Amino acid sequence: MPTIVVDVMPKAELLDPQGKAVAGALTRLGVTGFGDVRIGKRFELTVEGEVTDQTLAAARRIADEVLSNSVIEDVVGIEVVE
Amino acid sequence: MTVRVGVITFPGSLDDGDARRAISLAGAEPVALWHGSHDLEGVDALVLPGGFSYGDYLRAGAIAALAPIMTEVKDAATRGMPVLGICNGFQMLVEAHLLPGGLIRNAHQQFIRRDQRLRVENASTAWTSGFEAGQEIVIPLKNADGGYVAAESELDRLEGEGLVALRYQGVNPNGSLRDIAGITNERGNVFGLMPHPEHAVEPGFGPGTPQAMRSGVDGLPFFTSAVAAVVGAAA
Repeated sequence: MPTIVVDVMPKAELLDPQGKAVAGALTRLGVTGFGDVRIGKRFELTVEGEVTDQTLAAARRIADEVLSNSVIEDVVGIEVVE
Repeated sequence: MTVRVGVITFPGSLDDGDARRAISLAGAEPVALWHGSHDLEGVDALVLPGGFSYGDYLRAGAIAALAPIMTEVKDAATRGMPVLGICNGFQMLVEAHLLPGGLIRNAHQQFIRRDQRLRVENASTAWTSGFEAGQEIVIPLKNADGGYVAAESELDRLEGEGLVALRYQGVNPNGSLRDIAGITNERGNVFGLMPHPEHAVEPGFGPGTPQAMRSGVDGLPFFTSAVAAVVGAAA
């Protein structure tokens, strides 16, 4: 079944406490060569039937209105995966 | 008149019982409401209580903001009914776009519980008229996702219009921008705050004060203010 993948990230200008915690852990492990870590969310929407323009439009709408909060997050990707 | 104040219970609400108790102590009649209903049962004011609705899945307050009863809550708020969102309730109000901004994970990444000093910046809202502007109060705070954020321009607007109603004093417990602890809408009827006024309404069960242990009741004026607002509007 086709799947629509929606990626959501915290806004670049806002602190991402989760990412900061992971970056701190990497430093403690002695891992070098990486700067910031930021943690986002990936949503996989399984589509019943074909992916049509309407399906994609609906996915875009729920990505903006439900899956993300535009005050604190950005939708950074919507793609169809077969 | 007997003022009736609804407290909506969502799956994962924790402080609905304390909110109903605070309403009783403020001299009003608490009315237990259910998230899955479309009926506000004719209440005069509303409280969205604290807790972890839907386990904070997706974003804190996000799924609760889509609950059936929120349609009626939005209508009532738009008509001017006093609506208070405490902690998770504040998160629901921003997710429902009844208040601006958003709440993110505490900057120090930990859950925090402390008796928090606050300054009442706006004492002319439906929920703060019982205070003096500039008054300092202490009520409990307990949250994981309490960092208030908004765009710089939005923060400037809130400050300019006096909509920053409560500010953290002494310690900023969660990284909230501009030390914002609570905000109100332009009309002053919708109010959201991270600290918990319902836990400071009865001597013996509130924060400590210089006078006696657990004697703090600084949370009670939030509820008596709303009762006065309803009585005033009906007169």
